[in-house]
Amino acid sequence: MSPELEIQLVAVVVAVACALPGVFLVLRRMALMSDAISHAILLGIVLGFFVAGDLTSPLLVVGAAATGVLTVALVELVYRTGLVKEDAAIGIVFPALFSVGVILIARYAGDVHLDVDAVLLGELAFAPFDRMEVAGRDVGPRGLWVMGSILLLNVAFIAVFFKELKLTTFDAALAGALGFSPALVHYLFMSMVSITAVGAFDAVGSILVIALMIAPPAAAYLLTDDLGRMIGLSAAIGAVSAIAGFWLSFLLDASIAGCMATMTGVAFTASFLFAPERGLVAAVRRRARQRLEFAQRMLAIHLAQHEGAPDAVEESRVDHLHEHLRWTPEFAGRVVRESERRGLVRREGERLWLTEFGRAYADRSFVAD
Amino acid sequence: MAEGLSLPVFDYTLRMVALGSGALGVVSGALGVFAVLRKQGLLGDAISHAALPGIALAFLLTGSRSTMVLVLGAAAAGWIGTLAVMQIVERSRIKEDTALGLILSVFFGIGLVLLTYIQRVPTASQAGLDRFLFGQAAALVGRDVALIAGLGALALLVTALFWKEFKLLAFDRAFGESLGIPMRTVDVVLTSVLVLAIVIGLQTVGVVLMSAMVVAPAAAARQWTDRLGVMVLLSAAFGALAGVSGALVSSMVERLPTGPTIVLCISVIVLASLLFAPNRGLVWNAARRYRSRRRLRVQSVLVDLYALARQHEHLEHAHSTAAVRAMSYGRGGTLASLRALEQRGLVRRAGRDLWSLTPAGIREAESLLAVGDREAP
Amino acid sequence: MTAERPAIEVNDLTVAYRDRPALWDIDLEVPSGVLMAIVGPNGAGKTTLIKAILGLVRPAAGQVQIHGRPYEENRRLVAYVPQRGSVDWDFPTNVLDVVMMGRYGALGWFRRPGRRERELAMAALEQVGMAAFADRQISQLSGGQQQRVFLARALVQDAQVYLMDEPFQGVDARTERAIVALLQELRASGRTVLVVHHDLQTVPEYFDWVMLLNVRRIASGPVDEVFTDRNLRLTYGGRVPFIAAVAPQGTGVGGDGRVGDGSPGPGRLAGEAGVAAAKRTADGSER
Repeated sequence: MSPELEIQLVAVVVAVACALPGVFLVLRRMALMSDAISHAILLGIVLGFFVAGDLTSPLLVVGAAATGVLTVALVELVYRTGLVKEDAAIGIVFPALFSVGVILIARYAGDVHLDVDAVLLGELAFAPFDRMEVAGRDVGPRGLWVMGSILLLNVAFIAVFFKELKLTTFDAALAGALGFSPALVHYLFMSMVSITAVGAFDAVGSILVIALMIAPPAAAYLLTDDLGRMIGLSAAIGAVSAIAGFWLSFLLDASIAGCMATMTGVAFTASFLFAPERGLVAAVRRRARQRLEFAQRMLAIHLAQHEGAPDAVEESRVDHLHEHLRWTPEFAGRVVRESERRGLVRREGERLWLTEFGRAYADRSFVAD
Repeated sequence: MAEGLSLPVFDYTLRMVALGSGALGVVSGALGVFAVLRKQGLLGDAISHAALPGIALAFLLTGSRSTMVLVLGAAAAGWIGTLAVMQIVERSRIKEDTALGLILSVFFGIGLVLLTYIQRVPTASQAGLDRFLFGQAAALVGRDVALIAGLGALALLVTALFWKEFKLLAFDRAFGESLGIPMRTVDVVLTSVLVLAIVIGLQTVGVVLMSAMVVAPAAAARQWTDRLGVMVLLSAAFGALAGVSGALVSSMVERLPTGPTIVLCISVIVLASLLFAPNRGLVWNAARRYRSRRRLRVQSVLVDLYALARQHEHLEHAHSTAAVRAMSYGRGGTLASLRALEQRGLVRRAGRDLWSLTPAGIREAESLLAVGDREAP
Repeated sequence: MTAERPAIEVNDLTVAYRDRPALWDIDLEVPSGVLMAIVGPNGAGKTTLIKAILGLVRPAAGQVQIHGRPYEENRRLVAYVPQRGSVDWDFPTNVLDVVMMGRYGALGWFRRPGRRERELAMAALEQVGMAAFADRQISQLSGGQQQRVFLARALVQDAQVYLMDEPFQGVDARTERAIVALLQELRASGRTVLVVHHDLQTVPEYFDWVMLLNVRRIASGPVDEVFTDRNLRLTYGGRVPFIAAVAPQGTGVGGDGRVGDGSPGPGRLAGEAGVAAAKRTADGSER
């Protein structure tokens, strides 16, 4: 395999592994927990590094992941005191842990191969140089194996606990009543997030992990209502962003991880603007259509209400509408034309008459709720 | 990353670092109060991360490395990031936490792309931009400090002018609107000032840790006071204290980066506040709970003794500790309670391990029982 | 200043959330000096109506006039009491300070509240029986006390028209009586008070006017004229009726079974049954 291909493969595996837990982070409104965890694991990585002596030890992954879970617990502890709100609890806990990590690095690890830039920013370009050997045979980049295992772990976790995750995400109270422990699921899930963040920092750094966890699920959330489909779409968006990011970095000769994060942002923007139903463009179009539709309904009801009333003549004049319904004359004209076309009203000069169909339409407008 | 060796206290560099850190602590502390009260503590995190591409772009476009230019770029990007968060929340079903995380990380990614791009452009050296990542207080010079102080003063002045509107925005936005105050405009002004407060700190503390300077002083100050004005002053003082002490400590100890040291200082202040602040602090509350439990226990022992005495014709009839303890279902501390009552002259020792009520004790027990009766439904 | 035109005039007011109407073509005239309840089931748009009158939500159509002038021009005549749960009561401020917020609109930009505002606020606190609490931190207040503080904040606005969103929600019986007394005092002094209300039982006792609302205005007017069993059925009947005439008539209801006139009889009983049925749907909060 060429190094380029290997880098892309690692990038895709990292992106997909991050997107999977990200779906539940987004749905559980805990997106910022990934922010807290990914920063705080720096401390775990440093401590693990001191104990294990190298950055690739499994001990380090476990230790760092434990720091992530500890962060979650600490945030909860601070929040539970009732003295600060949840956002402040997060904002207090992780900078403190992160600072301890940075200081430890600066003081004791200055001479070894661990600097904050590497942890924070990652460097995917080095992935092909760190090989995995089994019985003296080269079996590919180590990063691929590490993240591949984490990806499989994530897939297995979601497959096994799909029901529990779904239930605790959408109705924690019901889940508790049915005998699932929301707290247990929560901590298991947060452990998965931590392990994923630790595994990914090597490749993309601890801040851009957040982009890979949050942006693809956020984009997918605007595209579908189905949880299963959202998971699939998130993974796909993550993978595509990873490959596109690689080629962008090739083009600009810039950080691969940064480009991947940028592409997830592009993917989200595209989804935000052009999602078929929830996108901004669709919403603007729909609103314009609804406004016209709604206006016709208002016109029909307006006419129906004044039918046979003493002020019917006055209230049924086209030139009166803009005053009464607060429409501009142009808009009123459009509404009348459209209503005529649909056979809701008949026009005689300035006077409007409701058709039989229009009357039924006005009636229906209310009972539909 | 490593700061210089220990320096004499009146060294110029140190003075600048301490001044700059203190000034940014004042400003971010004061403005952070409003962010925290609006439950937007993490908006600061998003703004500081989002500022990174602005810094890089400002350099790319102007070629200038002056702090002024870079800070303006940071402010513009931070502002756009905030706007993006608001728009995403308003115009889609994405929740605020997701929008914040998204903008924070994606903007940071873009910033990283630009930074690495700049590093590889042969004409530009990377120096000067990197310092924004983790902050490099040691590089602060007089001009930088003047900039921090100037922009900070502007932010504080605006806050003073819009004081009551900011308060209303944080407490009851809808009511403000019903008064005819354009709360949206007020929101924009407050957000702009917050952006200003954050970007002036980036050079010292860095984008990663700046959010702590927004959240932590305010969270600490909240524990000590129930007045908004006092809270803002305290928060500013805490921020300044953390800034100055962090700068001093990091300058005196070898290889101790300034930004993280400042953050640890403010974290210590937060921890102390959560634990020891009067009224709200955890220790204070625990002590209060302990005192009230003890008072209840002493009272119940008195009432128990009274109930025992009622079974005899003489209310000052003495009973053993064991007899009183038997009535309290092993609540414990019976002897200690009896001694406490003895000290207050409500109970007296009638012999070895025998206790009887004094006249004052009888009155006290009866009044306690009477209150109990009145309060019973 | 308040005599000729109605205190509140709402014409053709329609508010839509997405494509569904929350309020449909509301016409409402509230004469000066009445104490009026707005009742209706959950999701009937009661809070929306108040917010639309205040310009807090944008209507799709319709106008609101206060004492004969558009709301924007006569905004100063209107005071608003939001739902108690709409703010964070752990906010670092005290009772007096919250009440003075009622003066912020009149103060204008850059001016700080001073002695005059303080005096007005103290007077308002006196009126709601909370003067002793002026320096109290707001997190230490009970639900009823919080509500009184909100009332005082509206009182310092010295308005002609008061709009209140569920002022009785979660308050103790004593506070409820005190608030009612205060509202009646306001009416006695010629003020107009509009109250979103949940408890149908107390409507005839507390209010002299009522509006029955369920997306559409079912009826509005003096309580003894419009607070009828038939109107209540129309309001709480599950579906939103279009035109009163189309709605089911004579479905076993004894004519105008009046509620609250104290007269025993079949009408009264039917009325109470209707009220009880309606009350079940009226419980809980609206949002």
